Amino acid sequence: MSNHHANTKTVEEMLALVKQDLKTGVGRSVKHESADKQVCGEATYVDDRLEFPNQLHAYARMSEKAHARIKKIDLSPCYEIPGVAIAITAEDVPGQLDIGAVLPGDPLLADGIVQYIGQPVIAVGASSLETARKAAMAAVIEYEDLDPILSVEEALEKESYISEPHTHQRGDSAAALEKATHRLQGAVHIGGQEHFYLETQISSVIPTEDGGMIVFCSSQNPTEAQKLVAEVLGVPFNKVVVDMRRMGGGFGGKESQFAMPACIAAVIAHHTGRPTKMRLPRMEDMVMTGKRHPFYNQYDIGYDERGVIQGTEMKLAGNCGYSPDLSNSIVDRAMFHSDNSYYLGDATVTGYRCKTHTASNTAYRGFGGPQGLIMPEIFLDEIARNLGEDPLEIRKRNFYGKEDRNYTHYYQKVEDNIIHEMIADLEESSEYQKRRVEIAEYNRKSPILKKGLALTPVKFGISFTATFLNQAGALIHIYTDGSIHLNHGGTEMGQGLNTKVAQIVAEEFQVDIDNIQITATNTDKVPNTSPTAASSGTDLNGKAAQNAAITIRQRLIDFAVSHFQVTPEDVSFKNNHVLIRDKVMPFAEFIELAYFHQISLSSTGFYRTPKIYYDRDNARGRPFYYYAYGAACSEVIIDTLTGEYKILRADILHDVGASLNPAIDIGQIEGAFVQGAGWLTTEELVWNDQGRLMTSGPAGYKIPAVADMPIDFRVRLVENRKNPEDTVFNSKAVGEPPFMLGISVFCAIKDAIASVADYKVSPKVDAPATPERVLWAVEAMKAHKAAADATTSTEQTV
Amino acid sequence: MIKFLLNQELREEHSLDPNMTVLNYLREQVAKTGTKEGCASGDCGACTVVLGELDGDSIRYKSINACLTFVSALDGKQLITVEDLKHQGKLHKSQQAMVDKHGSQCGFCTPGIVMSLFALGKNNASPDKDEVLEALAGNLCRCTGYRPILDAAFAMYEDTADDQFTLREAATVERLKKLQSEQISELQHGNHQCHNPRTSDELAALLLQHPDARLLAGGTDLALEVTQFHRELDRLIYVGDIKEMAQAEVFEDRIELGAAAPLSKCYSALSKDYPDFGNLLHRFASLQIRNQGTLGGNIGNASPIGDAPPALIALNAQIVLRKGDQRRAMPLEQFFVDYKVTLLEESEFIEKVVVPRAPAADQFRAYKISKRLDDDISAVLGALNISVENDVVTDACIAFGGMAAIPKRASHCEKVLIGSAWNQATINKAMEALEQDFAPISDFRASREYRMLTARNLLQRYFIESQIVEVETRVTAYV
Repeated sequence: MSNHHANTKTVEEMLALVKQDLKTGVGRSVKHESADKQVCGEATYVDDRLEFPNQLHAYARMSEKAHARIKKIDLSPCYEIPGVAIAITAEDVPGQLDIGAVLPGDPLLADGIVQYIGQPVIAVGASSLETARKAAMAAVIEYEDLDPILSVEEALEKESYISEPHTHQRGDSAAALEKATHRLQGAVHIGGQEHFYLETQISSVIPTEDGGMIVFCSSQNPTEAQKLVAEVLGVPFNKVVVDMRRMGGGFGGKESQFAMPACIAAVIAHHTGRPTKMRLPRMEDMVMTGKRHPFYNQYDIGYDERGVIQGTEMKLAGNCGYSPDLSNSIVDRAMFHSDNSYYLGDATVTGYRCKTHTASNTAYRGFGGPQGLIMPEIFLDEIARNLGEDPLEIRKRNFYGKEDRNYTHYYQKVEDNIIHEMIADLEESSEYQKRRVEIAEYNRKSPILKKGLALTPVKFGISFTATFLNQAGALIHIYTDGSIHLNHGGTEMGQGLNTKVAQIVAEEFQVDIDNIQITATNTDKVPNTSPTAASSGTDLNGKAAQNAAITIRQRLIDFAVSHFQVTPEDVSFKNNHVLIRDKVMPFAEFIELAYFHQISLSSTGFYRTPKIYYDRDNARGRPFYYYAYGAACSEVIIDTLTGEYKILRADILHDVGASLNPAIDIGQIEGAFVQGAGWLTTEELVWNDQGRLMTSGPAGYKIPAVADMPIDFRVRLVENRKNPEDTVFNSKAVGEPPFMLGISVFCAIKDAIASVADYKVSPKVDAPATPERVLWAVEAMKAHKAAADATTSTEQTV
Repeated sequence: MIKFLLNQELREEHSLDPNMTVLNYLREQVAKTGTKEGCASGDCGACTVVLGELDGDSIRYKSINACLTFVSALDGKQLITVEDLKHQGKLHKSQQAMVDKHGSQCGFCTPGIVMSLFALGKNNASPDKDEVLEALAGNLCRCTGYRPILDAAFAMYEDTADDQFTLREAATVERLKKLQSEQISELQHGNHQCHNPRTSDELAALLLQHPDARLLAGGTDLALEVTQFHRELDRLIYVGDIKEMAQAEVFEDRIELGAAAPLSKCYSALSKDYPDFGNLLHRFASLQIRNQGTLGGNIGNASPIGDAPPALIALNAQIVLRKGDQRRAMPLEQFFVDYKVTLLEESEFIEKVVVPRAPAADQFRAYKISKRLDDDISAVLGALNISVENDVVTDACIAFGGMAAIPKRASHCEKVLIGSAWNQATINKAMEALEQDFAPISDFRASREYRMLTARNLLQRYFIESQIVEVETRVTAYV
């Protein structure tokens, strides 16, 4: 051992320091752990890794048919192209062909039949991506057409499902509807969404001497990558190591969809013995991989004269694409969230998992939740228009109660309900009522442009609904110089997970975050991990890392107690120092001392979420550990001649419990809001009548650009509201819940449209509300208004 | 051979493939992987780099999309990438501001954003919000929602110290001067060849010699043939080094725009006379594209959805074509024959566009309708130029993009207007007449019905704007 960390501080200086708080612990707005590297281009993504002299690049030829039998595949033309090492079909997969995430149904390469335009049929490994592509396109593939099902309505009608419908039921909804004073029925299409992570799907694999693979993979689920690569190769899991330092965005799109490039690269590397990389060009990524599920939702609502819902029946039909993937849980989550923050009365909610011949739709921020959660916002607006009341007032009347009316339609009790207070707070801080008046005034005077306003809540359940996934592991080493190596099973996709987990460990050891090295997620450090999904990354991995830290800290305390002959209460860690009764020493010095006294300075940590259970057969239970809440008030302006619009202002109040890092949490909220608004406005996926995705690049598919953020954007965190559940430092998950704050923009646009007919009817607008859809809704309002005016004038004449 | 500065390093490249983009050059040839590929189609900005170009005794810094720029465009310039900004271990102010404001999350768009901010800092001493939005409109970020990035754009100005590029600008200017050549430079790789002529005479001669050559200007459309459609372009002639064709000059009676003048340069020449043309150019693709893309290219590719042609047609612009020593001029509207077909003959090229100066009354309006307000392709573009005297329409020149296979005048509509009283009844008739002028198609951008209704409503918008100034008609006025 050297004396490289020799302490230069006096005891007085150290005692002064321990009186100060740690600057980079929990609750501080510590910068993203990779920020300095990202701004310099030094942060390494999979494609940035140095290539090998014998590197291969893989390209998969996609199906040109939505549904067809493969009659013939001739790969010989591929080999005419210089630089081609191998061309493979399904027959060349040595192990298991299916890479389905939960249920089978996703062959790595098409097996005799193709089921969507974009499905990988063959793959080529060559010296460059362009060569591989050229060779793949040279193969001869012949098809025999089969009838495709391309729309969700057609799938419903033909009962084309990837699994059976499932129902949540509370009370007798049919009787409640029958009895209700008022009733409304309707149906709406909710569009899907392309993830548009800036970094497309990519994996780079290196064969090992043991017949396995080292896999560098941009994935939210390294353990699944390990499992699938092992399975397609037919080797035990322990032959495969997956390393995942960071993703250039995930949003759910890399929870299961990373698998195809990872496994194709692995099969090619297996056959050739050469390192192989598969990176999807943007168009291929958009065509091949699944998206947010489009939904077709039908509703039948009974309500009283005050607009309070008495009975609800909803049919939520998710377009799952051609295979199960994660769709069962996704449609379940849509059902779990079809109440948003409202008591639905006697309710029956049925979810349909429609199979169509399109790419297999997958996880996307909110995981089906948004497509269900938007429903009450649509029909409560409608109730408000029917009764001539302000939509916010109707919303308030329908919130879950604190003491009664507080069981969901799946029988979870809504505890710690803070939506009433949050809405009241936001209503005041956003000056909702004052602006409501001003907007009405503006709209009276402005013949072409119209403004709209809407304030909508979010209640989002936190936990994987597949209960077993709610577990995590972590690994911490402390080296003899006091520096800390931190690893956990979660993955960093930009959300700041690594930063938060490091802050948690920093807090436990009371050391600066600079003293902690976060390392790539790696299946040989922390095994059997769950995907970083369901907003659970910090809740699970933060706790696991905390537990690892607590284990080591306890050993250190025990050591100090015996070494210095003190009581445990005499030992404390504070701001990079350790206090032992009246003695103080730097953390590093103490660690070295512990080492010399043969104390283990390494530990794993593990965590499982308590309290949760769900009986799917009876559709009852407590699937969620807790709920996260939020509310947004959006103001928009629309052009009644063209349907164009802009978000003028958005005020957000969001509940993250006790924030681990306010800057990161606000970043998640703002980003989620804008992404959610994009989903419901300009992000339109268009397929042609053959089932081909026409919006297959950023030229046609429009995610929000800088000028699409609200002109006036005000975001606040709910203060002084710790999560009453025992989450890590009483924080709450933040990844998904604020996505649904974007619904306020959709409702505000509809509010502006409704102004055209004096707020007397609720406009019918499918999502996304593109300028075109807005214009047609305006036209419908103009027709209503003209008809109404005509009636009035007829009455006057009579 | 081409010669350029890779930041400070002199590079002489003899055998690069002229079909190679700057992005692939950086990532694959010189292992600078800080610059990212997000889309390879110039729509996301992750690959944004900055070109330093000699401008007299100073350097002009332009943000460009490396994914759409072929390496030939580097000749005689300085290429600056995200790796070059950190200096002596210290982050550049554009980088530091991004860190301080929490402007990066996943970090994949971040290098491009930093480069757009860097260019903004070089070109604008104190931008307003509109100018910041313009600088960033071509950079997509999926994580942040942009607020912290916008904050960073302003925060970087708090550091007023000169950066290393400014401190050594004089030296860099001298080095770049040495790289300027009066000779045609060339790149050859296999059967791919690119010529960089310096004069329009050389260009004319080269085109006569190689009628099959493709003209490469900004490359913002042509490069897509390589990056998206995987074609090989055997022979290219790069016109970006022809200074005489890159001018945008304002005369007493006309504005002459060289065919190779970048759109960002045309902006300053046009926006004074025609503020709405300026507004249109602000929403024409992104700044990176406008820094490279040219008016000649936007006309030459004859897309039915190019934004400039309808506006130029409505302004009665003339186009000057040249073949060898022969020149001919014609109204721009006559140039377009059919879908992607023009009157351009073999070996002929567009030399310049001539736009008449504006009359005293501001009567030109250009309306771009697209799904997303910024950096989107128009569903409909309406350009209206209507003269009214004593409440009677004396002249009308109205052209639309997105409504037909070519940018096309609304002649029936114009006929209804000319000679009629300038009132709502006339507008109603003119709106009806559009149905005779156009039979638009449906595609993923918009349905034919939407296109038709919007086109009609743009006439209505024009009328309202001409009549009642206090009525708000444009959501884009809100920033």
